[in-house]
Amino acid sequence: MADRSIYVEMKDITKRFGSVIATDHMNFEVAKGEIHALLGENGAGKSTLMNMLSGIYIPDSGHIFIDGKEVRITSPRDALKAGVGMIHQHFKLVDVLTSLENILLGYKTGLFVRKKEQKIKLQQLMEKFQLDVDLDKYVYEMSVGEKQTLEILKTIYRGARILILDEPTAVLTPQETNKLFKIMRRMKEQSCSVIFISHKMNEVMEIADRITVLRKGKTIATLEKESTNPQELTELMVGRPVDLSIKRIPALSDNIVFQVRNLSAVNEEKVEVLKNISFDMYEGEILGVAGIAGSGQKELCEALAGLYPIKQGEIIFKGENLAGKSPKEFITRGISMSFIPEDRLGMGLVANMDIVDNILLKQYHHSKGIMVQRKPAAAKAKEIVKKLEIQTPGIKEPIKNLSGGNIQKVLLGRELDSHPELLITAYPVRGLDINTCLKIYDILNEEKKRGVAILYIAEDLDSLMGLCDRIMVISNGEITGIVDARKATKEQLGLMMLGNKEVHHAV
Amino acid sequence: MITVAFFKAAIIAGIPLLFATLGEIITEKSGHLNLGVEGMMLMGAVIGFQVGYTTNSPLLALLFAAIAGALGALIYAFLTVSLRANQVVSGLALTIFGTGFAGFVGKSLMGMKMTDQFNYFFRDLKIPGLGDIPYLGEIFFNHDIFVYLGYVTAIVLGLYLYNTGKGLNLRAIGENPAAADAASIPITKYKYLHILLGGALCGLGGAYLSLVYVPVWQENITAGRGWIAVALVIFSGWNPYKAIAGAFLFGGLDIIGFRLQGTAIAISQYIFDMAPYVATIVILVLVSLRKSKKNAPPKALSEPYFREER
Amino acid sequence: MQFRIVIKSEIGKKKRVLIFLGSIIAALIVSGLFLAFLNLNPFQVYIAMLQGSVGSVYRIEQTIIYAIPLIITSLGVAIAFKMKFWNIGAEGQILMGAFMASYFALNYSFLPRFILLLIMFFAGFIGGAVWGIIPAFFRAKWGTNETIITLMMNYVALKWVVYLQYGPWKDPNAFGFPKIANFAKNAVLPELFGVHIGWIIAVLLTIFVYFFLNRSKKGFEIAVLGESVNTARYAGINIFRTIIFAMVLSGGICGIVGFIEASGVEQTLTKDITGGVGYTAIIIAWLGALKPQWMVLASLLFAILIQGSSYIQSAFGISAYSAQLLEAIVLFFVLGSDFFTRYKLIIDWPSLLRRTKENGK
Repeated sequence: MADRSIYVEMKDITKRFGSVIATDHMNFEVAKGEIHALLGENGAGKSTLMNMLSGIYIPDSGHIFIDGKEVRITSPRDALKAGVGMIHQHFKLVDVLTSLENILLGYKTGLFVRKKEQKIKLQQLMEKFQLDVDLDKYVYEMSVGEKQTLEILKTIYRGARILILDEPTAVLTPQETNKLFKIMRRMKEQSCSVIFISHKMNEVMEIADRITVLRKGKTIATLEKESTNPQELTELMVGRPVDLSIKRIPALSDNIVFQVRNLSAVNEEKVEVLKNISFDMYEGEILGVAGIAGSGQKELCEALAGLYPIKQGEIIFKGENLAGKSPKEFITRGISMSFIPEDRLGMGLVANMDIVDNILLKQYHHSKGIMVQRKPAAAKAKEIVKKLEIQTPGIKEPIKNLSGGNIQKVLLGRELDSHPELLITAYPVRGLDINTCLKIYDILNEEKKRGVAILYIAEDLDSLMGLCDRIMVISNGEITGIVDARKATKEQLGLMMLGNKEVHHAV
Repeated sequence: MITVAFFKAAIIAGIPLLFATLGEIITEKSGHLNLGVEGMMLMGAVIGFQVGYTTNSPLLALLFAAIAGALGALIYAFLTVSLRANQVVSGLALTIFGTGFAGFVGKSLMGMKMTDQFNYFFRDLKIPGLGDIPYLGEIFFNHDIFVYLGYVTAIVLGLYLYNTGKGLNLRAIGENPAAADAASIPITKYKYLHILLGGALCGLGGAYLSLVYVPVWQENITAGRGWIAVALVIFSGWNPYKAIAGAFLFGGLDIIGFRLQGTAIAISQYIFDMAPYVATIVILVLVSLRKSKKNAPPKALSEPYFREER
Repeated sequence: MQFRIVIKSEIGKKKRVLIFLGSIIAALIVSGLFLAFLNLNPFQVYIAMLQGSVGSVYRIEQTIIYAIPLIITSLGVAIAFKMKFWNIGAEGQILMGAFMASYFALNYSFLPRFILLLIMFFAGFIGGAVWGIIPAFFRAKWGTNETIITLMMNYVALKWVVYLQYGPWKDPNAFGFPKIANFAKNAVLPELFGVHIGWIIAVLLTIFVYFFLNRSKKGFEIAVLGESVNTARYAGINIFRTIIFAMVLSGGICGIVGFIEASGVEQTLTKDITGGVGYTAIIIAWLGALKPQWMVLASLLFAILIQGSSYIQSAFGISAYSAQLLEAIVLFFVLGSDFFTRYKLIIDWPSLLRRTKENGK
């Protein structure tokens, strides 16, 4: 362990939003040449704290010291001057500009932009930190991993030596995550500090030197990675002992309830997004779908709900071919689809409406006549809030005011309430803390017990391997394999996600 | 009828449209939809005329017309940038204000004319060399100084947007203000500056109508041109160079009804008056069929920017 | 930093109303200064405005007559706005409704009054609906920007009516003056309580739109579509059909206004028949936050403002344009005041004092 002096110190930081105390007299410090993880549940204050360090928010009280000197950071510019740069979950990139243009944004370049000079400077930086960026590529043409690398380069170019990464691996494949970790280690070698916000325990354990745990706006503990373990960390995050294992209950029966045959679909740019997809689903099983983001999961979900135009193929549910039917018909036949996109509220829920109206969205078809019946929906809403322990001031509260986890619970609760026989759920635990995740897995298992077939699309392999009976891997629009979840390994799944077809098909 | 004279007249008819369109392009590039173009044009037209009449100085008239337009835009900017008010309604309110203002001030100007000395400033000037090219020379390079100002403005704006650092920053603000903010670009300053500049250009467009095109003061001198300019912004894909073509095309459509009178074509002038508006509709539909990233509006158009948005 | 802005948490209804009233008062003060600048006594002028709009039974009737098209048009516009379909084309929809109704008035005046008026009512609806369906189609099918198209169609409709007025429908008995013939008594709306029965239509439509937007399935779908296109799809809502339906209704309601104005007020068709109501209604719809009850109130207030303004024109010799100026000033203040309902301004007094001291040195 090298002798590490303190680079960043945040003392007694407090911040309020309306009546909510986001950070309560928090303390936090980071050493030079250290990778420091910030761990905590949703709403613990991780992002808020870092937003204050990076100048997006201004603390109501408290002090910040960089390299021993007190600084007052009131804007992202101040933060960069102090050497702090933050890479957000939502990239601050302009799609219609190139990498170079994005990097040069806001820079004093005289009247005309001297692209050649800047390019040379950037090449040097890219060498030093081993960042691979195509400077002339337009951002809208880039993959998520490329965009992230660009953000890092941009931040370093502006003089940041303290890098804050907010949930960086949420959108990356295992391979891209490894690349990111390599970059982080390189920065450490160059005596920079990296603050890494995450809720993914395994990654934290892999890459961090020290870990600070936050809970409900307060700093709970700062530990050396070597001297702690996931169990202890989870307990600190949640505040009580937690059973981390994901329970898997055996699949119910051998009845095939759902069959997809040769499903193909083409998008607006005439590119094939689903190529000849075929699979079966059994009553009471959870079939997982693993894949890199953008491999066709969204299109598959939408196609299986009647929302995406199908070029060819059959979707056979309870003996009937539903291909080509309207979304309404899928819904009325007992197929429920819930898709949590990156911004959570985009599909399936209306942010400005309250819980009752959101429940109404799925229900209003059923009532007779031309008027909507709010009373039964309100009763349903109360039921769901109780059953799923949704934290809300009331059912008339616009759901945008609820926290992410509770919003997802509303969505799942609504879908389950329609008693579907086939539940398609994509990323139901996206961005949720471990506690809520486990609760949702329990809910899914309950449905499984009742004989519901569940198609579970997720990004994290741990939940897939722990929860599902079988796992189907989709890569570039086609299925590269369906394996038994109990016997699968991460490497195997990773390879299939990259396109290698599984030779030995299980089940 | 389709003669050199017609095309030349089309250019002239298109100049007020050009200025207004350029002004609104700049405004929209900063992320703000200002539907007050008609109002700002009217303010520029009436103030330009009043100052010109009182001082007999074309330069002062133009200067004050630009200032008038900018002041109108200032009201809009304060409402939508600082107070984050609804942009559509703010723009409409500005149009109502501008109409009332122009009517009010213009009442005492009805039927007035400028002196010959004043009008002399806006006589046709042939550009040596370019003006001698057969046909094209007469059409493009034998105009008053205001027209040439229009060409220059469009080119300067094009260079500004696509070749300078500041223009780059502006484009970023209109596309993704969060990204621009993270790049430490002073968003508020940029927005105010460009919205006001946009207003000044609209004011100049209005001034051309009252000082050169008509050139007496009339009620409702703009006759909906401000609204056509808003459409032209979309038509030209928010690109100043393309705006030149669009403005002249619509200038032509504007005068075609009048020109066809007394010819073999026996359709009422009023039906032909519909031409620019119908053309706008047709073009907009075609543009939407073509959907491409290059012709898309600034992504953050009409959205107020707020850093601490949770 | 001397001052910064923070998002306010939900604000109570009472405060909202207070802020709104505050903005009106501020607007009146500023306009009052403007009037003083013209050497007029603002209080005299304002009182005269009230007298001119509600000072006698006759004047109240006139004000209500002015408010009716505002109310109905804002109802129509609100339906489209709820779907975030920016229907700026109310002017054109009113004109086309007036045109269709006038066609029957001028050519079928032999029909019994009740039948004729009924036909004209539906013709008005259809005229506006057709004018509304066109932009709706383009937007639903190809995503074309509806703001500009509806705007352009206003001008097309206007030129069409001008064409009729100066051309094929020009009244030969009008001594060369370009105007369309007056309607026969048969085609004119009867009166009730001193005002043409358009007011009954206004009341009925208000109730209808209220229930439509708040309680009906279609209204629900429109609201969902306005909030999120994706969510609407996921809920199984047919987006294309919903947009078309909403605009048929929106345009049709505005078309009815054309019928009312042509039959009840002007008793003919002219190019000025809308009186700018199509644009004013947009402001009303926004002021009333798309809620029918508030839009009715806003319409009445506006009617009082406009009627009062035209009264003071002759009484004090103020240009007619002053009404627009006053309207605009009120709007600016209301728009600006909205800020205080959503955000809180925090002034860092120590820092502000420091800055002023520094600047003073």
